[in-house]
Amino acid sequence: MRPFYFVLSTLAVMALAFWAYQENYRTRQALDQVESLQTQIAEMRATLAMLRAEWAYLNRPERLAELAELNFDRLGLMPLRPEQFGLIRQVSYPLAELPAISTPIDLVGNLEQKP
Amino acid sequence: MIRTPLRPLARILDARARGENPEAIERENLRLRHEQMRDRARARAEGRLLILGFLFLCAFTAVGGRMAVLAASDEPGEPRAIASGAAIVAQRADITDRRGRILATNLATHSLYAQPPLMIDKARAARELAEIFPDLDRDRLLRQFTGKRKFLWIKRQISPEQMQQVHDIGDPGLLFGPREMRLYPNGKLAAHVLGGTRFGQEGVHSAEVVGVAGVEKAFDEYLRDPANGAAPLRLSLDLTVQAAARRVLAGGMTLLNAKGAAAVLMDVHTGEVISLISLPDFDPNDRPAPLNMGHPSDSPLFNRAVQGVYELGSTFKTFAIAQALELGLVEPDTMIDTEGPLRWGKYSINDFHDYGDKLSVTDVIVESSNIGTAHIAQKIGAERQRDFLGRLGLLKPTGLEMVEAPGIEPLLPAKWSELSTMTISYGHGLSVSPLHLAAAYATIANGGRRIEPTLLAGNGVQQGERVISETVSAKVRKMLRQVVVRGTASMADVEGYAVAGKTGSADKPKPTGGYYKDRVISTFASMFPADDPRYVLVVTLDEPEDRTGSEPRRTAGWTAVPVAAEIIRRVAPLLGLRPAIEPAPGFGVTLAGN
Repeated sequence: MRPFYFVLSTLAVMALAFWAYQENYRTRQALDQVESLQTQIAEMRATLAMLRAEWAYLNRPERLAELAELNFDRLGLMPLRPEQFGLIRQVSYPLAELPAISTPIDLVGNLEQKP
Repeated sequence: MIRTPLRPLARILDARARGENPEAIERENLRLRHEQMRDRARARAEGRLLILGFLFLCAFTAVGGRMAVLAASDEPGEPRAIASGAAIVAQRADITDRRGRILATNLATHSLYAQPPLMIDKARAARELAEIFPDLDRDRLLRQFTGKRKFLWIKRQISPEQMQQVHDIGDPGLLFGPREMRLYPNGKLAAHVLGGTRFGQEGVHSAEVVGVAGVEKAFDEYLRDPANGAAPLRLSLDLTVQAAARRVLAGGMTLLNAKGAAAVLMDVHTGEVISLISLPDFDPNDRPAPLNMGHPSDSPLFNRAVQGVYELGSTFKTFAIAQALELGLVEPDTMIDTEGPLRWGKYSINDFHDYGDKLSVTDVIVESSNIGTAHIAQKIGAERQRDFLGRLGLLKPTGLEMVEAPGIEPLLPAKWSELSTMTISYGHGLSVSPLHLAAAYATIANGGRRIEPTLLAGNGVQQGERVISETVSAKVRKMLRQVVVRGTASMADVEGYAVAGKTGSADKPKPTGGYYKDRVISTFASMFPADDPRYVLVVTLDEPEDRTGSEPRRTAGWTAVPVAAEIIRRVAPLLGLRPAIEPAPGFGVTLAGN
């Protein structure tokens, strides 16, 4: 019986060692992946900053005003005026359409006195 | 060792005598000897095994111990598994407006430097560099390359296209380093507020970006602090409002042939500066060098709204009237003597027109009577006037968060005499910046609490010291509304926004003493809406002249007021202020479908 236990424990140690080895390598791989992802994130951050700057540059009020003037005949954009403010109750919403009355319905009923 | 013989003679003879085989004795002895030999060999082998075992034990213990030490000790390595929150960012923080739109940000560019010892074809490199950068001189470059220098900067910042061109030269001695560049995408807009930056300590791999003026310098520490994690600095400016106001102000300045202009728009409750403009301005991306000669105000770098201290004329009458009301010396309908000219020693005080013998206090401010205000100031007295103006913040630098602001001291009279009291009451003898004036008007407008102007958004309503009471504030607002309805600022009547304000046209002092006859600083300090003011707007024009009429008109009513009115008309809807007027006809919903 004893040799069997020896063999069994040896095998168990070998199996555990193999498992630990594999875990170790998986961890390393994950860390490498994290590192490459972080590099990517840094690159994307830099790109994002660049795009933000470009967005801000392209949306500078001076340029927008020029574009609005250039495209006036298509867009007809004017500066915001006080007259353009309104109240919601001043909006003349179209009335909801009622369903048309098609066929008349006869209503027949009995009036009953309640006791 | 005495060797025992295998065949001891005595025992053999004995055995022979007894008739036994003597061979048995020999075998017996041989066996005993072999046993002895075997025992010795075993003992030796056991000893060796023990030593060997001990050595192995030592070796394994050493290896195991080392492993344990390695496993237990946390070797300082690169923390690779940290979550990327990027709490530390070694980059200058962005500056945004109150709604988060970018006013200043960074751009990654490259710098170009040379290491002449590494260069191969110096003449060719110099020639081609001079072709790429027209501002570089070929001969000078070649001299620098062939001299003793081991390192030299060629360009501090280059664009990606230029970098590619330099790369195409292919000289190993021309090298690039990363370089952060400060970018102001909106160009001249808010140039004075932002200030500008320059490079500080320069290295090959990076360079410090240091603020040189404005907010960039005032918040330099904060913007450069990596611990902020690049959280942007949020200013109280509103980009849209700033753009609209600047456009109108620039137009007005051109139409009225003014030398310069400034506008300050401020929230009366929070003291937040929504818009701060000074014209002429500059591009902070390419900040001009300061002037070496002449007056600093001739440079576009000069911020007229913050750095320029001027005698702002009749706009100061509001303060005299407010104080007289607060002290209970007068009421809005008290009649004041306005018979002119008012003589004081060798000086005489005149009005623009003759307003007759008497005017009510309301009319004194509506018609802007210097004599009437001087009489009121006499009732107040020098001491109390000085104290009141001090509490309005007109005698000290403002606390605005720009590096220039704390150094701008208002110019006070050397001796606050009774004559000074009278002249200061209508805005001569005390020079303050338009920003000072805006803060003081905000105090009057918000119900009497002292306002300290600020450029940072989101600090909430200021609960400053009470300078005048709510009722006096309401009375003054009513009078100022009358100035617009029927007085000197009638052009400021923007439909729907009930503007209230006071004009001021002050002759400019000559550097040699005395005043110019044909140069004025015209100012309009306004608040809107008058019944419950939300904003204060101060517009100042430097030497304006309306030449459309038969003779040039310089008074504020003809110059600063129409400009301010147009600014309010454009800016108030952008600020989300609902006008008190009917909407334009044709207001409805058009049904559309697809």
